[in-house]
Amino acid sequence: MIESDVFVQTMQDMGVNFFTGVPDSILGGIIAELMNRRLYTPAVREDEAVGMAAGAYMAGKTPAVLMQNSGLGTSLNALISLNMIYQQPCVLIVSWRGQGGKDAPEHLVMGEVMPQLLDTVKIPHRTLTEKTVIEDFRWIAETFMKQRIPVALFITKGVVKGLHP
Amino acid sequence: MRPEQGTLISRAQAMEALLELLTDQPVIICNGFPSREAHKIADRPTHFYMIGSMGNASAIALGVALAKPNKQVITFDGDGNVLMGMGTLATVGALKPKNFIHVVFDNEVYGTTGNQPTISNVVPLEKVAKSAGYVNVERVLDRDDLVYEFKDMLKKDGPSMLLIKVNEFVEDAGRVLHDPPDITRRFMKAIEE
Repeated sequence: MIESDVFVQTMQDMGVNFFTGVPDSILGGIIAELMNRRLYTPAVREDEAVGMAAGAYMAGKTPAVLMQNSGLGTSLNALISLNMIYQQPCVLIVSWRGQGGKDAPEHLVMGEVMPQLLDTVKIPHRTLTEKTVIEDFRWIAETFMKQRIPVALFITKGVVKGLHP
Repeated sequence: MRPEQGTLISRAQAMEALLELLTDQPVIICNGFPSREAHKIADRPTHFYMIGSMGNASAIALGVALAKPNKQVITFDGDGNVLMGMGTLATVGALKPKNFIHVVFDNEVYGTTGNQPTISNVVPLEKVAKSAGYVNVERVLDRDDLVYEFKDMLKKDGPSMLLIKVNEFVEDAGRVLHDPPDITRRFMKAIEE
């Protein structure tokens, strides 16, 4: 399991210096660590977080947006009619609820279609694993800089240490 | 026709008066006619013209304001946009960025799609902003008042909202000519320093 402080430090070492989003339990440890470091600006909706990240990017920051995958639905229009067409990159840290059909009913459809959904709108994505963590972060940094669009890193349950062990 | 219709100025007239008072401040302009009109009145590199992501103008401006605390950041917004992204009033009210000025041109309609009514005729958006935590809010109807209040807001710590009741007249303005990636690059360079 990846420690939350290692995850946050790795993001910071990549140059990410503006963090916003809407919480999910899987991301609880990361958000707690970001709040400890006074790096987190909470948003009330995921499309708002995406908008704030776009503004911060244009003002010189390197932004990340944290969200549950349900938030991809909420923020889809901002991602495709703002970030994609204006070439404004951000790192999307997305918890994969409903993966493998084992979750509360509201997560099952998004949990099943999420990778194809992002393929359809041409947002590159990758799933974080403990074994490939160095390659995963390197891939994010390279894709982010090269394509100047949002790049998604999926976080599955138990990969990054949460609030409750 | 609304009772005060005859006395109201147009959004373009209001925008022209505001742009005369601005120099190099970043201005985020919401999608639809407002961006086209601002582009026609004064095309400055400090303007970020939106063509999509309705409801998110103030969120983008908030991101700029948080990242550039020493620059006053202006949003040109509409009533339909504010209603769609109303949660952002709460985020702004809670974070209280001092350098945030939110101008709302309130014509009570979705003008770009054919003047369907919004609900801002019965929901006073400046009162919502005040309740959410904006420090200064003003509702104005004519040019003299809007110039006076906007000048005052430029001197004060925010967040501030200037709601301007405007009529439904639309300036004959074409689409914004710059490509979106060029708008991003131009805006970034203009606010860099």
